[in-house]
Amino acid sequence: MKSYILPEFLVERDDYRCIRCEVCVRQCAFEAHRYDADEDAVFVDESKCCGCLRCVTLCPTRALTVRRNPTQTPDNYNWTREQLMDAYKQAETGGVLLTGMGCGRELPIYWDRIVLDASQVTNPSIDPLREPMELRTWLGAKPDRLDSQGEGKRRRIEGMGPQLKLETPMMFSAISYGAISYNTCEALARAAAELGTYYNTGEGGLRRDLYKYGRHTICQVASGRFGVHADYLEAAAALEIKIGQGAKPGIGGHLPGEKVSLEISRTRMIPEGSDAISPAPHHDIYSIEDLAQLIYALKEATHWTKPVSVKIAAVHNSAAIASGIVRAGADIVAIDGIRGGTGAAPTRIRDNVGIPIELALAAVDDRLRAEGIRNRASIVVAGGFRNSGDVIKAIALGADAVYLGTPALVAMGCHVCRKCYTGKCNWGIATQDPYLSKRLNPELAARRLVNMINAWSHEIMEMLGGMGINAIESLRGNRLRLRGVGLSREELDILGIKHAGE
Amino acid sequence: MKIDLERMGDPRVFRRDNGHVHIDASELHYRELNAMIKQAALDGATLMEIENVYGQRYIGSGVRLPVRIEIRGIPGNDLGAFMDGPEIVVDRNAQDGVGNTMNSGNIVVHGRAGDIVAMGMRGGSIFIRGSVGYRAAIHMKEYMKHRPVLVIGESCQDFLGEYMAGGVVVVLGLDRDPGQGLRARHVGTGMHGGAIYLRGDIDPHNLGKGVEVSEPEEADLEKLRELVGRFCAYFGGDPAEIMAGGFVKLAPRSKRPYGSLYAY
Ligand code: SF4
Ligand code: SF4
Ligand code: SF4
Repeated sequence: MKSYILPEFLVERDDYRCIRCEVCVRQCAFEAHRYDADEDAVFVDESKCCGCLRCVTLCPTRALTVRRNPTQTPDNYNWTREQLMDAYKQAETGGVLLTGMGCGRELPIYWDRIVLDASQVTNPSIDPLREPMELRTWLGAKPDRLDSQGEGKRRRIEGMGPQLKLETPMMFSAISYGAISYNTCEALARAAAELGTYYNTGEGGLRRDLYKYGRHTICQVASGRFGVHADYLEAAAALEIKIGQGAKPGIGGHLPGEKVSLEISRTRMIPEGSDAISPAPHHDIYSIEDLAQLIYALKEATHWTKPVSVKIAAVHNSAAIASGIVRAGADIVAIDGIRGGTGAAPTRIRDNVGIPIELALAAVDDRLRAEGIRNRASIVVAGGFRNSGDVIKAIALGADAVYLGTPALVAMGCHVCRKCYTGKCNWGIATQDPYLSKRLNPELAARRLVNMINAWSHEIMEMLGGMGINAIESLRGNRLRLRGVGLSREELDILGIKHAGE
Repeated sequence: MKIDLERMGDPRVFRRDNGHVHIDASELHYRELNAMIKQAALDGATLMEIENVYGQRYIGSGVRLPVRIEIRGIPGNDLGAFMDGPEIVVDRNAQDGVGNTMNSGNIVVHGRAGDIVAMGMRGGSIFIRGSVGYRAAIHMKEYMKHRPVLVIGESCQDFLGEYMAGGVVVVLGLDRDPGQGLRARHVGTGMHGGAIYLRGDIDPHNLGKGVEVSEPEEADLEKLRELVGRFCAYFGGDPAEIMAGGFVKLAPRSKRPYGSLYAY
């Protein structure tokens, strides 16, 4: 069948600069570039280009330019080029559209409509370069009242559940081995250990080689129960029951059989070459009571030593659901907004289901406070963070910490080309191809991650200092330090913040 | 709630002779009971007899030693969840989630069991004398040498073996006349690995899409003889008579049930 799909990008080569080194040919796993020895020329098939910029970045003579294909489809506000191309693709294949990474639609980004406060005259700002500044964060259930027993060093707070200690209120989101390469997992693990924080295995199990980073690992238990084994539960610092994911609320997922290699099969503990199917629900959880049952099953299996988190996608009634989760005994509630990333999701679900994390966070924090149970669980939010400004605003809105997924991948080289589901990530991240995954050196990638988080932490300290605050604790849920700009009364009400100037 | 391990010092609740431990669970919260079981296993107990079990959950979870746990009474949900090693024998019925995400060991239930028996199980074996509820063996899987086994003496409800990715399920149908098929619907829906053996037949309308029915071959029959033999060793009965009933084998047509769903 003749395809009507226009190439998304144009790949242009400055022939005067090109030295025929074939770097681009080797680097593009989508095989967009081809060298013809007879003609001594490099040709391009732009229909294969996804715009990941790998070739552009590595071309030694900067001979390449990739830009959006300027060909116009007829002007139509309704039938844009994207809508046309998607319809052609489905007419040609009959398939559900797949995509990778988070929703990039023009939904409002509330972080950009919220501004922070700073001290002027009436209370002095603090300079974190010279004065102590505390970012340390503890995640886990806190008791209703402070009662302590014992003396001196033996003094203990009564009723304190197991806690996770974070040196900075940022963790790496759940991304499974299978969706990303082993090297990428290792880089996340190393960086989490060096930073004194945590990374999350996602639902794909944990390779034995990474058990040594267990103290910095949150292990997920999802509906497929992949790799959920006594050793896995014991290796983790905390466990997370994955109910939903911001990129695809309400559905499960499947890792296609051709990606289930020997190593993946061992780690997920499934047959090699079979589809790894995650059912949409956990079939042992049809109610809050059932959720409580799984929470306590995990606690029992790990001898009550580890906090248990429950992760949900941000949806319309997240606040009520979060209340149920806390009452079911979770120590941490993790909420993933509509912009949360993924290795593969049906495009329509990613782009149309769920709500922005800013609104969900504000609603959940309000609800738990109103019910007097906010202390019983920490709130961790995910989905759509791009920089330290977003992170600090989330904490002021009521989050205890954030999960960073896409930013972590970007730190390692991801260009958000959205082709993760093909398994051909040219940056060596979302792939199991040994030739491609070698491109990501875990040590260098860990360095990039550590650099980025350290820089963000420092920026957070600067902003805290600017507000005259010397501990992140004092900003948590302190919405008076936020103001909205250009938001409706309703949005301000939900966010629980005043308008700038008020 | 505090775990009252001090009750382990109370001879009415906790008795020990040689490697044998007796626990009276009548007044114990599951957390206390499980703490006692774990502690006794660590102390080297090889056999535990637990009396008056009334719905305590998670028995056998978090115990990673090959102890034998004999339950007198009715254990609660998630019996043997994440279990890795023990053998559990229940003299009466069990509830939902028997062997949930179980890894290794053996569970023998002399009565019936509730829903999602063997959910996500990937190793070890479960034998239920009576019937089971909905979605038994859902998402059971195998890998490398690990091949879980679930044998059900009587019948099961709908969605048996849903999403099944490996392992062996046998439904003996001993509650039915030979010739009367299994009534459960949507059997093996989404199945992409493993095998289900039904004694007696099944109406093809009751099968999930993508499930293929065949006559068991010699290798299948050998496996069946072994499992029926074990079944009869636990619960009595004549293996030859059961084998004579005739079996059908259900297996998935593809390891990739949803391979052509997407546009790449
Ligand atoms: S990488 Fe650059 S210089 Fe080398 S062949 Fe490609 S375009 Fe030419
Ligand atoms: S897909 Fe990436 S590497 Fe290939 S041509 Fe396009 S930008 Fe270059
Ligand atoms: S991980 Fe790789 S494939 Fe996925 S968006 Fe980033 S660069 Fe593209």
